[in-house]
Amino acid sequence: MPKREHLPRTPMPEQDPKQRATNFDEVTLGYTPEMAMAEASRCLACKQKPCVRGCPVNINIPEFVRKVAEGDFGAAAEEIARANALASVCGRVCPQEEQCEKYCLMAKVNGAVAIGRLERFTADWHAAHADTNHCDVSDREPLDQKVAIIGAGPAGLTAAGDLARAGYKVTVFEALHEIGGVLRYGIPEFRLPREILDREIESIRSMGVDFMTNVVIGKTLTIDQLRESGFDAIFVGTGAGLPTFLNIPGEDLNGVYSSNEFLTRVNLMNAKDFPNEGTPVRIPVKAVVVGAGNTAMDSARTALRLGAQEVHIVYRRSRDEMPARAEELHHAEEEGVQFNLLVNPVAFLEGDKGWLRGVRCQRMQLGEPDESGRRRPIPIPETEFDIEADTAIVAVGQSPNPLIRSTTDGLKTTPWGGIVVNEETGETSIPGVYAGGDAVTGAATVITAMGAGRRSAISIDAYLKALRENNNKVSE
Amino acid sequence: MTSHVSHASAGEGDWIKTSSHVCRLDNILSPSSAAYLILDKQRLSDTVVRLTLHAPLVALNAQPGQFVLIRPTERSERIPLTISHADRVSGAVTVIFQEVGHTTRELGGLEKGQSVQDFAGPLGTPSDIQRVGTVACVAGGVGIAVMLPVTRALKAAGNRIIGILGARNKSLLILEDEMREACDELAIVTDDGSYGEQGIVTDALAALTQRDRIDMAYAIGPLPMMQAVCDVTRDQSIATVVSLDPVMVDGTGMCGGCRVRVGGDVKFACVDGPEFDGHLVDWDSLRSRKAGYREQEQKAREASEEAHHA
Ligand SMILES: Cc1cc2nc3c(=O)[nH]c(=O)nc-3n(C[C@H](O)[C@H](O)[C@H](O)COP(=O)(O)OP(=O)(O)OC[C@H]3O[C@@H](n4cnc5c(N)ncnc54)[C@H](O)[C@@H]3O)c2cc1C
Ligand SMILES: Cc1cc2nc3c(=O)[nH]c(=O)nc-3n(C[C@H](O)[C@H](O)[C@H](O)COP(=O)(O)OP(=O)(O)OC[C@H]3O[C@@H](n4cnc5c(N)ncnc54)[C@H](O)[C@@H]3O)c2cc1C
Ligand code: FES
Repeated sequence: MPKREHLPRTPMPEQDPKQRATNFDEVTLGYTPEMAMAEASRCLACKQKPCVRGCPVNINIPEFVRKVAEGDFGAAAEEIARANALASVCGRVCPQEEQCEKYCLMAKVNGAVAIGRLERFTADWHAAHADTNHCDVSDREPLDQKVAIIGAGPAGLTAAGDLARAGYKVTVFEALHEIGGVLRYGIPEFRLPREILDREIESIRSMGVDFMTNVVIGKTLTIDQLRESGFDAIFVGTGAGLPTFLNIPGEDLNGVYSSNEFLTRVNLMNAKDFPNEGTPVRIPVKAVVVGAGNTAMDSARTALRLGAQEVHIVYRRSRDEMPARAEELHHAEEEGVQFNLLVNPVAFLEGDKGWLRGVRCQRMQLGEPDESGRRRPIPIPETEFDIEADTAIVAVGQSPNPLIRSTTDGLKTTPWGGIVVNEETGETSIPGVYAGGDAVTGAATVITAMGAGRRSAISIDAYLKALRENNNKVSE
Repeated sequence: MTSHVSHASAGEGDWIKTSSHVCRLDNILSPSSAAYLILDKQRLSDTVVRLTLHAPLVALNAQPGQFVLIRPTERSERIPLTISHADRVSGAVTVIFQEVGHTTRELGGLEKGQSVQDFAGPLGTPSDIQRVGTVACVAGGVGIAVMLPVTRALKAAGNRIIGILGARNKSLLILEDEMREACDELAIVTDDGSYGEQGIVTDALAALTQRDRIDMAYAIGPLPMMQAVCDVTRDQSIATVVSLDPVMVDGTGMCGGCRVRVGGDVKFACVDGPEFDGHLVDWDSLRSRKAGYREQEQKAREASEEAHHA
C-alpha cells in the first residue's frame, strides 16, 4: 500500500460541464464519507500547523481533519463550529488556495489536503445528521441589553449569532427583503444552494435573533434614532454594495448591466423564472463580462445558464492576476467561457436605437508594478477590435454604499468610503458603534467578513459588560 | 423601557399628520410592524387606485418627494411608488398608482384587509422645498399623484402655487379637489376638451408665463410632457425640477439600473433623485432605458391577463 501522503488529492465529484452549464444546480457534489475519510487521512498532522495561520478565523484544522479521518464527523463539526458559524458556506466559497491550503506542507508534494472540501463535507454531514443544533442554546442568562445589527450579510449574521448566544437581545436590520447579503443576491445558487444558506440563517434565527427586513438604515431609520430608541450597541455590516462603472461611452445603453444588477435580478428576484416571477432579465445571446474576479465568473456562468451561446470574459491584465478563486476560473473555462486577457473595453457600441451591439476593446501589455503590486496594464496603440454582444456585464469592483456615512454625524470614513475602525476591536469613531466586513475593508471575502463580525461581537460583549457593571455601581 | 425619538424634521404642510414631535419608536420596532396591512382602498379612476397601508417605520421619517419600493406578492417585482401621504401618529402611508402592467395590476387586485409582501422606504432624496415666490406645478396623468405632496409642501413653505393639471379626458383626471386646495390657482386641460380647456399642459404653461412672473417650475408626468415643459421653461430661464422614473430594482444605490444622465454625469435616480434639474436631463437616454424591458413586460401583461380571464 502506498504511503498515505503519496496518494493524490481526492477529486470532488462534479456535474458534467456541458450539462451543468444549462442548469442552476450545484456544480460540485460533495464528498461521500469514504472520500472524506480518505482525503483527511492525507494530513500529516504536522506540529507547526501552518494551515491554521492561513485561516482568517483560526479553525483548528488538523484537529477537525483528524476527527474526519477517524470517522467522527460530529466531533469534527463541533471543532469547526468553535471558530466558524457558517462552515457549510465557507467550505464552498472560501479561496482556500490562498488561505489554509496554501500553507499545507502537502501543497508542494502532491496537492494540499482539500481542507475546504472537508469543511463542507463536515458541515453538511452535521446538518443532515444532528438532531439538535448545538448552537441554539444560549451560553448565558438572558440580558436586558439590546444590540442592533445593520446588514444581514456574513459579517452581520456572525455578529448577531455570537451576541445572541451571549444573551443579548439582537435585532438585525436589512435593507432588502431577504437575508444573506451577497450570499443571497450575489453568489449564485449553483455555487451556494439556497437550502444551505436558509439552513444557516435558520440556525441563527433559532438563537432568538429578530430579523427586520425592508429597513434601510440612513433612510428608514438613522443610526442616531437606533441609539435613541434603546439599542445599547450597534454593529454596521453593510458591505460594499456600490457598483463601479467603467465610465466609457455607451455605458447607459440597454443591455449593459452592473454585475450587481444582473446577479440581483437572477439570484434575489429569480428572473430566470420570468414571467412566473415578476422580475425580468435580458436573456443574452452573446455576452461580454468585464473583469476577472468572483463576481465576473459568477456573471459569466449565470449568463451561460440563462442560455447565452457565447460568453466572453474581458480582462485587462493576465491570467496570473485574475482575482477569482482558482476553482471558479477552472469551472468557468470548463463550461466554455472564453477568456480575452490583456484586453480592455474602451466603448460600448450602439446598434438598434439605444441597444448594445458590441464592445470595442483594446489590447494591453503589462508594465511596471502599481500600488497594488500587480503589473500595470498599458494600452497598445492601434490594437482596437470589436466583440459582438447584446449583453455586457460590468464586474470591476464594488465600494461601500454612502447611505450610512452620509447620515451619521461623527462616523469617520476613509477617502474611498470605508468605515474607519480600530482593527482589534472593530470600534468606529462613535463609542458603542462597531463595524466590520466589506463596509470596512472594501470588497473582500466571506470569511474575513465573518471574522470581523466575530471580533466585533467580542468587543461589544466587553463594552456592554462594562456598561452593566457601571450601572450596578451607580445603583448601589 | 420607553424611548422617545425626535423626528428628522417637522411635517411639511398638512402632508404629515403628527400630534406632537415625539413618538414611541420601540413600539414599532418589532417584526409585527412589518405586516403592511392594507387599511383602505379607493379607486380614483378606472385605472388609478389609492391604497393606504400600515407601515409605521416608513411613515416615521418620510418627506415629500420620497418613494417606497413595493412587492405586492412574494413573486412580484419590486416597484417604486411615491409616498402620497404619511401619518406618523397612526403609521399609515398612502400611495396612488396607475395600473399599467403586471405588478401594478397585482397591487390593484389586493383588497382592504390583505397585506403586501414588502414595503421599503422612505427612499430617495426628499424634495428641496424652498420659498422662491411663484411656482408653477405642472402635472400630467398619474404624475398628479406624485405632484400632490410636493405641491402641499411648497405651499406650506410660503410659495404662491399655480397648478396646471393635464389628462387625456375628464374620467382620467385625478385628485382635482386636493390639488385645488393646495394651489392658489389651478388650470386644467384635457386632450379632448371634455373638461377644463382643450389642449396640453405646455399651452397652458406658455400662456401663464406670458401673464405672470414664474420663479420656478415643477413638472411631473409622462416623459414627453416633462421634456416639453422643460423646453418651454428653458427658453424663459425658469428653473425646472422634474421627477424621473427609470426602472429600479433595489432602490438603495446597489444595482445602478436606475442610472440616468444629468448634466453629463451618471446619477442613480433612487438615491441622487428622483428629482433633478430638468434642463440638464438626457431625455433620449432615459426614454430608451425605460423601454429596456418592453417585450418582457408585454409578455408578463399577457400572462396576467390570461390568468385574469381564467
Ligand atoms: C458575485 C460575488 C461573488 C463572490 N464570491 C465570493 C467567494 O466565492 N468567496 C468569498 O470568500 N467571497 C466572495 N465574494 C465576496 C463576499 O461575498 C463578500 O466579501 C462578503 O459577502 C462581505 O460580507 P458583508 O457581511 O461585509 O457584506 P454583504 O454580504 O455585502 O452584506 C451586507 C448587507 O447589508 C445590507 N445593507 C447595506 N446597506 C444597508 C443599510 N443602509 N441598511 C440596512 N442594510 C443594509 C445589504 O443589503 C446586505 O444584505 C463575492 C462577492 C460577490 C459580489
Ligand atoms: C421614483 C418613482 C416613483 C414612482 N411613483 C409612481 C406613483 O406614485 N404612481 C404610479 O402610478 N407610478 C409611479 N412610478 C412608476 C411605477 O413604478 C411603474 O408604473 C411601475 O413600476 C410599472 O410596473 P408594472 O409591472 O405594472 O408595469 P410594466 O408593464 O412592467 O411596465 C410599464 C412601465 O413601467 C416602468 N417600469 C417597469 N418596471 C419598473 C420598475 N421596477 N421600476 C420602475 N419603473 C418600472 C417601465 O418604464 C415600463 O415601461 C414611479 C416610478 C419611480 C421610479
Ligand atoms: S435602483 Fe438599484 S441603484 Fe437605483
